[in-house]
Amino acid sequence: MLRGTPFHSRTSALCQARNWRRWAGYVTAGSYELTHEREYYAIRSAAALIDVSPLFKYMIRGPDAVRFLDRVVTRDVSRCAENQVLYTPWCDESGKVVDDGTLARLGEEKFRLTAAEPNLRWLHDNAVGFDVTIDDISDSTAALALQGPTSREILKCVTDADVDALRFFRSTPADVRGIPVTISRTGYTGDLGYEIWVDAENAEPLWDAVIDAGTSYGITPVGMLALDVARIEAGLILIDVDYVPARRALIESRKSSPFELGLGWTVKLDKESFVGSGALSKERQDGPTWELRGLEVDWIALEKVYAEVGLPPQLPTVAWRTSVPVYDGGRQIGYATSGCWSPILKKYIALAHLHASHSRPGTDVYMEVTVEHQRRKAKARVVETPFFNPERKRATT
Amino acid sequence: MTAGHRFDAIVIGGGHNGLVNAAYLAMAGKRVVVLEKRHVLGGAAVTEEIYPGFKYCVCSYVVSLLRPEIIRDLDLPRHGLEILPLESTLTPLPDGDHLVRWADHDQTRRELYRHSPRDAEAYDDFGKLMYQLAVAVKPILAMVPPDPTSLSPKDLLGFARLARHFRGLGEEQFHALFKLMTMSAADYLDEWFETEPLKATMSASGIIGTFLGPRSPGTAYVLLHHYLGEIDGAMRAWGFARGGTGAVSESIASAARRFGADIRTEAGVAQVIVKNGKAVGVALENGDEFRAPVVVSALDPKRTFLQMVEPKDLPDDFVDAIRRFKIRGSSGKVNLALSELPDFTCLPGVGPHLRGAISISPSVDYLERAYDDAKYGAFSRRPYMDIIIPSMIDPGMAPPGKHVMSIFVQYAPSDLDGGWDETKREAFGDAVIDTLAEYAPNLPGAILHRQVLTPWDIEREMGLTQGNIFHGELTLQQLFCMRPTVGWADFTTPVRNYYQCGSGTHPGGGITGASGRLAALKILGGRPR
Repeated sequence: MLRGTPFHSRTSALCQARNWRRWAGYVTAGSYELTHEREYYAIRSAAALIDVSPLFKYMIRGPDAVRFLDRVVTRDVSRCAENQVLYTPWCDESGKVVDDGTLARLGEEKFRLTAAEPNLRWLHDNAVGFDVTIDDISDSTAALALQGPTSREILKCVTDADVDALRFFRSTPADVRGIPVTISRTGYTGDLGYEIWVDAENAEPLWDAVIDAGTSYGITPVGMLALDVARIEAGLILIDVDYVPARRALIESRKSSPFELGLGWTVKLDKESFVGSGALSKERQDGPTWELRGLEVDWIALEKVYAEVGLPPQLPTVAWRTSVPVYDGGRQIGYATSGCWSPILKKYIALAHLHASHSRPGTDVYMEVTVEHQRRKAKARVVETPFFNPERKRATT
Repeated sequence: MTAGHRFDAIVIGGGHNGLVNAAYLAMAGKRVVVLEKRHVLGGAAVTEEIYPGFKYCVCSYVVSLLRPEIIRDLDLPRHGLEILPLESTLTPLPDGDHLVRWADHDQTRRELYRHSPRDAEAYDDFGKLMYQLAVAVKPILAMVPPDPTSLSPKDLLGFARLARHFRGLGEEQFHALFKLMTMSAADYLDEWFETEPLKATMSASGIIGTFLGPRSPGTAYVLLHHYLGEIDGAMRAWGFARGGTGAVSESIASAARRFGADIRTEAGVAQVIVKNGKAVGVALENGDEFRAPVVVSALDPKRTFLQMVEPKDLPDDFVDAIRRFKIRGSSGKVNLALSELPDFTCLPGVGPHLRGAISISPSVDYLERAYDDAKYGAFSRRPYMDIIIPSMIDPGMAPPGKHVMSIFVQYAPSDLDGGWDETKREAFGDAVIDTLAEYAPNLPGAILHRQVLTPWDIEREMGLTQGNIFHGELTLQQLFCMRPTVGWADFTTPVRNYYQCGSGTHPGGGITGASGRLAALKILGGRPR
């Protein structure tokens, strides 16, 4: 039987929809209610409580922790302050993305790395010659994402830590009603939000404490379906959906570099050489072949292709995760990998890999839309991501 | 000679390759007769009710690489072929622990992780590389091997195609292929994994049917075969044919008959009739004669060339090469009728682990020690075993509530010190049961009937020289353009109109049908119809 997360006793009692989904060998809720709509709005207007325990987590400790991590990830770890968190991908020797996650500096020589896939062997293989220990704390550490505009107020009810002072991508040790945790101001929704990291044995009381405090602030348990919509609005990519991790790619063309995934900003070529830096510095000079961009489907064009069969536009309320061709006239110039109707923006949006020649924001392209079993094309505009980026995400009070 | 004894082609041996060959020839409109010595078709792929109510897969027991094009071309599902998945591999361990690889990726990862977090990850990387290599190697299985010593345009073209194919491999894949060709399975797996039962169980696939140990160079290559099944749309490498492997043979025979093939049992061929260096027919053991301009032997190379024809009809060096062809039998088979399921100490009770393979291969040392016994002429006192319980997959194999167990056992050397006899055969059977009882203590008490086959029995009953299950060891020097010997890997023989299509020809090994099919294509000079 697939395993439940450390919060399973709580999440399973709440999951009315019983639409469990598989995530890294665990079951997690697709949605708790029968439709995920209210859960989505909880992320944007109140607070969402999301069980993100299935993430892989590694504790890296030792005198060479900074040097070692600098060798593995593309960001500059030496410039990561204590209690700071970096979002970063890491690459293979050819500069193709192996995985991406957050790296939290918990102490002078102590880091916690999250990953979407198992990476223990990868880290070990790259740690030869470094004085570090790498522990897989995936099962022993549970994690809750508390996301949404009221998340800060809820946290303030349960902890004395200075949540108001906690800046975007910073973390702090804290005590939540007697439970030792780490709180980081991070998340996968592109909204104001936090992630709480806790020893697995304290998972249930933590859940109870947060729910208890959050009830008067509209806290809502939220599953993967609503999260998927929010992360697309935030322009955040998903492994195995928006890119194939290099170690799993059966053919070269399936691999992507950070530049091709809109993560060029994470590639710090001025630091000492790291895995993939040779290939990446060449790519920076030549420019990437592909770019990841947002697409906004033109409403009038969409209405028109549906009107031809006598229907109003049929909108994807559940995010899709299939490869959809993108054209310039008759020629395919890319493909979209996730898309959804954005309930807050009232736009049909998608994340797409576009040939560099057609990736300039403002360019008009055509995305395939299947209308009554027929393949049609709807005009769409290339835009920068995120699609939705509220000020509160980074704001301090 | 009556007209009823004249055919377009005669196939000697009704094993699965002989039947496939006959089916393809018949499909192309040839009048074909298949002559099988035994009372039952299938050769080593037979299901027999040795003990009333219990159906044994007497020899061959699983299906992996049966070519999908054969299944499609001959429409075998219409003739009763149904291959059910074998979803897991259980390796019970002497300390009461176990290792199971399940059909589900997450479940397997979790289980491997319990033994080694590193290996859990390496397993995926390994799987990907093997998959890529299998894609690269697969076309070789489907081609008639070119002759490396020949300058004929066709052979040169064949090698050029091969070279171009391998140039397409990435650097990492090429290096891996080189290693697989040269290293031992144990050494190669050491580069990837640290979990002993994982390495042992994987390396066991490299030694099956060979007279080699997991530390013998060249055994790594066979690891690839496990991944080949996956790329043909067969979701899993190993399957069990409903009704046993005999049902595979029966379905092919049924397809062949539908195309008009005449299939006869209890019709043992004594000799191929050769006139002026040309095969013209066969003489049966009962004195009957059959004539045809094409004679195909599905027997192993030793029988095909040293028994069916006179050495005088063959070139000296060829006879010499066939004599040296390695065909040492190394394995035996124990089939059991059981009153109840085995209860494994490591995973008590009935569970999904009993629906898959069970491998007695706790460590590489264990396998190598089993080989040590055989190297010096003894059977392994504690042998490697690959076990399935067919009645757990197909309830029709045993009466309700009862079970059959199929145990492949290695090593049982064909040239046992002092030779095999009935006493030694049963001693070998005892060693198997005693070893298994260490993992499933209720087993000895559950046995209703036991059939033990040593290479000696396999040779006498099935007609496989030295009891070798693959008609000749699947080692690198006996593969592709070397199978059975250089210059004669294209299914022809030095005797005109005499062809070979058994497992001793390319690609050989297991119930693939590939040899039978490729030989038919060669005989027909192209694709049928």
